[in-house]
Amino acid sequence: MAKTMDKVNVVTVGVGWMGGIIAAECAKAGLKVRGLERGKPRGTADYQMIHDEYRYAIRYELMQDLSKETITFRNHRKMRALPMRQLGSFLLGENLGGAGTHWNGHTFRFLPYDFQIKTMTEQKYGKNKLSADYLLQDWGVTYDELEPYFDKFEKTAGISGENTNPFAGKRSNDFPTPPMKRTPILKKFETAASSLGYHPYMLPSANLSEAYENPDGEAINACQYCGFCERFGCEYGAKTSPEITVVPTAMKTGNFDITFHANVIEILKSGNKVTGVKYVDTQSGEEFIQPADVVVLTSYVMNNAKLLMVSNIGEQYNPDTGRGTLGKNYGYQILPGVTGFFDEQMNVFMGAGALGMTIDDFNGDSFDHSNLDFIHGASISITQPGVRPIQTNPIPPDVPAWGAEFKKASIENYTRMLSIGGQGASMPHKENFMSLDPDYRDAYGVPLLQLTYNFTEQDRNLHKFLTDRIAEIMKEMGAKTVVPGNPISDYDIVPYQTTHNTGGTIMGTDPANSVVNTYLQHWDAENLFVVGAGNFPHNGGYNPTGTIGALAYRAAEAIQKYSKTGGSLV
Amino acid sequence: MADERKGLSRRDFLKTTGIATGALVGGGLIGGLVGYNVNKGGVETKSGTKNTGNHDATSVVGLMFFTNHADFNLLSQAVERIFPEDDLGPGAIGLGVPYFIDNQLAGNYGSNAREYMIGPFFAGEATQGYQSRLTRAEMFRQGITKMEEEAQKRYQKPFVDLDGSQMDEIITAFQKNEVEMKGVSSEFFFRVLRQATLEGAYADPIYNGNNNMDGWRMKGFPGHQMAYINLIEDEKFQKIEPKSISTMQH
Repeated sequence: MAKTMDKVNVVTVGVGWMGGIIAAECAKAGLKVRGLERGKPRGTADYQMIHDEYRYAIRYELMQDLSKETITFRNHRKMRALPMRQLGSFLLGENLGGAGTHWNGHTFRFLPYDFQIKTMTEQKYGKNKLSADYLLQDWGVTYDELEPYFDKFEKTAGISGENTNPFAGKRSNDFPTPPMKRTPILKKFETAASSLGYHPYMLPSANLSEAYENPDGEAINACQYCGFCERFGCEYGAKTSPEITVVPTAMKTGNFDITFHANVIEILKSGNKVTGVKYVDTQSGEEFIQPADVVVLTSYVMNNAKLLMVSNIGEQYNPDTGRGTLGKNYGYQILPGVTGFFDEQMNVFMGAGALGMTIDDFNGDSFDHSNLDFIHGASISITQPGVRPIQTNPIPPDVPAWGAEFKKASIENYTRMLSIGGQGASMPHKENFMSLDPDYRDAYGVPLLQLTYNFTEQDRNLHKFLTDRIAEIMKEMGAKTVVPGNPISDYDIVPYQTTHNTGGTIMGTDPANSVVNTYLQHWDAENLFVVGAGNFPHNGGYNPTGTIGALAYRAAEAIQKYSKTGGSLV
Repeated sequence: MADERKGLSRRDFLKTTGIATGALVGGGLIGGLVGYNVNKGGVETKSGTKNTGNHDATSVVGLMFFTNHADFNLLSQAVERIFPEDDLGPGAIGLGVPYFIDNQLAGNYGSNAREYMIGPFFAGEATQGYQSRLTRAEMFRQGITKMEEEAQKRYQKPFVDLDGSQMDEIITAFQKNEVEMKGVSSEFFFRVLRQATLEGAYADPIYNGNNNMDGWRMKGFPGHQMAYINLIEDEKFQKIEPKSISTMQH
């Protein structure tokens, strides 16, 4: 028999960026908020041994324990879905801060085009630019409407950047802190991209260029360029994360507490409202019910969708009929890239996760697609994250993968290799979706989420076009050997690609084509909010955190309003 | 031998290059491209030289997983073939890679402690990843037994008594998935072996590989350094004496 806890105004399922933002804003407004976090507490003091590639980057110290929970995957519906038994393609978060602890800190705003992609594509290229198999839709909110919330997230996080990208949406304010250092490696890219007529700019970074105090009074320190951001926490408190910003902000109000080791297994619903959630104490195994006026799902894309599915809230998407919205429009990204081998040695081991330069000349609709067989594009970046020796053994294509020649070449090239990568948008397709797995369960007996996903023709065309553009830049940079990535075929869950999974709980203006409204309020339960990259109807050509952060701040405002007025917000 | 390896090497490279470069943007790293190694010799390694600069001289390493020296010696020879000693510096044995692997197999790595190991198990497609009920510890035990069997079958000699090219032939057979294994493909075992070799060569010396930080020194990686803020704008390549995480202080 589950024990029932005292009721709170707002409960968040998960305490990472999303849970932290919702908690901070609602607690500041006087609402009693409780965060349920399946993991443990952690913070800057826990990252004192962080310069350890093996423990953190290879053995995934900070990430999800898959022995408890994973997802299943198949490329298409005729394939048997099988568990992702080891982390690979994407790195799921766990514990306080979630994936916001081990992110790199790339903090973009999606383009104005992204939010009105269907309308703008049809206006410019007609209705048949993509086949009907692609489920393109506007988001129901415009860039201009979201701009104040982008601004708010950037100020909270202290983002370092420069406002010189001609393709970006209009900003009401400059970045809170100046851009990071232009290193020799970045300058090489900048010179090459400029000479080709492109518009390079410093990548907006959550590794801060200088010490900063955010509007909530939280201090973020200056980045030391130590080269351990990717897959690591920051021992300096210089990489913005939930643990050093929104979580302490929420705590200071006295209106927020966190229950750790609390794994939510069900959302409880009565009529057209939810009443709370049920969770398992992962240490004792006991079940608890946490009643709340408002339930906010703030865990990762996959778990948010899974909880709705196991709780029977909303209608599961059916690819045969096109009916149902839950699990629809799952999106990933495609990553065209080029490696260049140089004669000179470079300080590649120095860096920061978001130290980089980017061009958007081939992102969104900033170039003409009339004669191209795809829409959208990719941001193209060089980054200097600090490359480490286990994971970086670059060899030219004609060198064997092991033995004497391998050793020599991998050592020779470690400090002589640079990569440029495109982060390509992914358009939703009717065969790419999330559902519940019929066979496999997590450690608490709840079905695993099942992913049905493959790259589409649009992805392959975009990938090819972008790879060629990136190779041109690498040549211009003076690489003696330029090795483009090979064309993509089937999506493979094994090699790391990107933790930018989107969709499944998409937002929109109509319950017929979305799970939540534009305030992220569930269409079928007015006091249930679902917040995260699952809200994206398609995936863009950037890292998602800036855009999710903006959506979360907007939702936080909506939750406060709902708490006063009730009812649907639209 | 080298030519036989090229096919896979090229495929590995191409497969990972695009991903790797993109991953630099997306927040990841260069994944499966890195190799596995095998080496020879390596029975008695010189634990006395394993000074990382901060351990006292009484630091010792020993076998935590393997229970007989024949298996350990075979592993040592195999990883040395993957990452051999040369004029650049030590190979896998000199770096302590066999001890690194042994020690890792005795822990969470060997028992796949943080991975989903619940059945049912089906072979699946390559795009679905590892689907075996075998833990890494079980995979290594079987793989080493199979390598010895191959040596006996092909040359009627123990693996450790083969010459380098004969060892390479057997390793290549695993790499090309020509050896029958139970519950796992020999190609997958090869990949894990190669990856573990590189991990042992380049992990922090606290894990009993990368002896004397010579793996890092060969590669020009300075290990743990607190900050590069004063150097990062410098055009000149910086040669920095490496440091182990064991010296990290705040």
